Amino acid sequence: MPSANLLLQSLAAGVFIGALYGLIGLGLSVGWGLLKQINLAHFAWVFLSAYLTYELKTRLNLDPLISLTILIPVFAVIAILVQWLLASFAITPFNSLMATFGLAVSVEALIQLFWSADFRRMPSQYEEMKFHMGGVIVTYSEALTMLIALLASFAVWWVLTKTDTGKCIRASAEDAEMARAFGINATKLSLGLAGVCGALAACAGVSVALTFTLAPSQIFAWIGVIFAVVMMGKLASPWAPLLAGLVIGISESMTMAITAPSWAPLVSFSLLIVILLTRRSHG
Amino acid sequence: MDNSRAGLGLNWLWFVLMAILAGWPFLGMPNHLESLLYVVFFWITLATSWNLMSGYSGYFSFGHGAFFGVGMYGMATFAGKFGLGFWPSAVLSGICASILALALGALVFRLKKIRGESFALITLAVTFVLATLIVNTPIDGGPGVYLMGVQVPMIGPSASSSFYLLGFAMVVASIWASRTLFYSQSGLGLLAIHDDEDVAEVHGVPTFALKMKAFALSGFFAGMMGSIHALYVSYVTVSETFSITVPLTVVLMSILGGARQWAGPMLGAVLITFLLNAFTEGTSALYGRILIGVILTLSVLIMPEGLLGTWQSKQRKRSLDRRRALEGDHSESSAHQEQSVASNDLNLRDIRHELTHAQNLSDQSGSGADHGHGLANESKKVVLELNGLCKHFAGIKALDGVHLTLYQGEILGLLGPNGSGKSTLINVVTGHLSPTAGSIQLLGQECAGQAAHLIRRIGVSRTYQIPRPFKGLTVLQNVLLSAQFGANSVSDEQAYRLALEWIEFTGLSTKKDDYPDELNLHQRKFLELARALAAQPAVIMLDEVLSGLTPSEIDIAVQTIRLIRSQGTSIVFVEHVMSAVMALSDRLVVLDQGRVIASGVPQEVMRQEVVVKAYLGDQAEVI
Repeated sequence: MPSANLLLQSLAAGVFIGALYGLIGLGLSVGWGLLKQINLAHFAWVFLSAYLTYELKTRLNLDPLISLTILIPVFAVIAILVQWLLASFAITPFNSLMATFGLAVSVEALIQLFWSADFRRMPSQYEEMKFHMGGVIVTYSEALTMLIALLASFAVWWVLTKTDTGKCIRASAEDAEMARAFGINATKLSLGLAGVCGALAACAGVSVALTFTLAPSQIFAWIGVIFAVVMMGKLASPWAPLLAGLVIGISESMTMAITAPSWAPLVSFSLLIVILLTRRSHG
Repeated sequence: MDNSRAGLGLNWLWFVLMAILAGWPFLGMPNHLESLLYVVFFWITLATSWNLMSGYSGYFSFGHGAFFGVGMYGMATFAGKFGLGFWPSAVLSGICASILALALGALVFRLKKIRGESFALITLAVTFVLATLIVNTPIDGGPGVYLMGVQVPMIGPSASSSFYLLGFAMVVASIWASRTLFYSQSGLGLLAIHDDEDVAEVHGVPTFALKMKAFALSGFFAGMMGSIHALYVSYVTVSETFSITVPLTVVLMSILGGARQWAGPMLGAVLITFLLNAFTEGTSALYGRILIGVILTLSVLIMPEGLLGTWQSKQRKRSLDRRRALEGDHSESSAHQEQSVASNDLNLRDIRHELTHAQNLSDQSGSGADHGHGLANESKKVVLELNGLCKHFAGIKALDGVHLTLYQGEILGLLGPNGSGKSTLINVVTGHLSPTAGSIQLLGQECAGQAAHLIRRIGVSRTYQIPRPFKGLTVLQNVLLSAQFGANSVSDEQAYRLALEWIEFTGLSTKKDDYPDELNLHQRKFLELARALAAQPAVIMLDEVLSGLTPSEIDIAVQTIRLIRSQGTSIVFVEHVMSAVMALSDRLVVLDQGRVIASGVPQEVMRQEVVVKAYLGDQAEVI
């Protein structure tokens, strides 16, 4: 049995990785629940954003937080373009999974073309700076990830529940035809929503670059656990991905601390199976 | 059928092609070509084995990597560790993969919520759980397993040709299995599950058993192929084996080729493997991957039915156009419709003639069929009896102690305002929903809580208010499916004959090769009827067959319903077209809020105060 301090440190690690899971899952969950698309390209945008953050830092020594303000509009536009393409064809959720998987494969190869298959680690002052919190060492990278995840969840919550646009989006997701009859421009809304998902991918990408070593194949390595995060909560609920991310992140890091790192996937995927089998209804 | 007959002509071509492919290594095939073709065979087998379950039934599994992985590690364990020979190890690996498929199927195939994306996710999750278990146990332990020591059976002149031949044998076996399944009764059932699983079950398809069977077969071929591949790569690692590559590649190949065709995955596998092979060196491999990603995206968007599926519908459209051109311009839609109505009348007259004859015979034996009106019901046989039937949905009592008796050859009108429980009653009796309490006696057998397909086989059938035909099956296949699955022992020829008879009866003969989307509402309603009748049920429940039809179509439908009854079939008739209800019903039962509030002879029931109240509300009294 590991020491109490090690367990506490693992707990903290679980919390921060969980926040990142939640941040990546948020965009996927919003797109799945409100656009009815299982957007695997989301993972590609997250890693493309991470690589661009890395590139801007190593080439121009641009602070990741400044990169964030550039990347958010860039990925919003990319996601809007993809949504526009998908929306021109009547596509089922399952076929959206296949179509966006194709995009993810292309982007992965593209990343490999520019940055090779080697591991890349972004040097950053946020990783060097640490503070102590109740006997636990926290890096600024981790704290920033947590902050971004909280802000993003809050922003989604605020837009969906407090603004008229958000109400229109939810109405449109519930019954597109009816919403259209009430004068809601569903096409415009879905483009806007896709833009939001793209922006969320950009945020998640910066967080990934801050805390993780990058490799193109990572795009697919994250799919399983993020799906577990998304399915665990209600789709398109603003706080559910973060909470689910924390549950899975903590249980994973505890498994790693108590047994071996190689057992970690067992927890998240067993959880996913149990959730799928026991939750009440579909979707 | 037509397809298999067309296949016979091609059989020679296939035979020659197979002979060439099998004999080539003995005539000196270059090694690199043998290896390339082995890889093609490998993907054809995996894609075809995935497709015979997932493509046909629409249950897209992302767990094919698990079956493949069980095969890989099966060979590593049975042959590598225990020293079993190649053949027993390969077969055992296949069986292990089958067992995994059955275990997974037993867990998920009964749950309605595990369909579509949930099924894809759960199969993917099982793959990763399995990978974690294998990497952490002595099966692998982490570093991977070398298989240098295992003897490859030298069935060809060299090692590479032996793998080539093994791969070829797997292709022949899996394609044969997939093709046989496709054209069999089970294949038709799987395709129906793809289109509408609930309707398939209600029409007698044993959906659970079929899915289990197909999943086990799918797992077996993937496991066998995996076990051979373990020797081909001779070094097995968890990260390579259980990566997302295998499931995604097989799905991609099947979708690209056409997942509703037995040859679709083969076409997709050949195209993609050769495409990948064209880009193997360094950066060009990356360009290849970019290209593949783009092809996948565009093909899913532009041709969701895949190459073969799209080609088939193009061909079909062309032949339809040709037919229309031959018929000339006079077959405008309205004229066409009148024509079909007229021919329908003609059919009815013919059949009525036959029936009168049959009736005379049965009258002599004492059990009159078309004399329901006014006859004392007590003297007749009870076919369906509901006792205290309840169905509650989280507090709402949709059915609240319904008692109901249906006699042989009777038309029972079931009335009630919207939400009174009529549709729930049909859903419960046909087994789509299981009752909360009460009993359902059908022909003396207790049906409450039984699987819908078993209840169908005992003898109750239904139509849907909004027609729910299987969209991917022709009119003939739709009806044939019911004829085959709806009764317990029907030979294929019998079923085929029955299907044609009922298609003729409902006036759809000229439409038998059309798809449901190409029919108008009236024709789709009659397709519902043909499908419900095809397996000769004792009881048929008609859910608003007349709604949305024109007056002349209603007349035909009313005649048809009389004809159906005159054959001794009992009918429960839910309808809002009151003139038809009064004209047809021998007896009425009125439901309100899940309870029977009145029953008896139509004219009397409609005059009862409770009935008027239920329909018009309490205010009616005041006014």
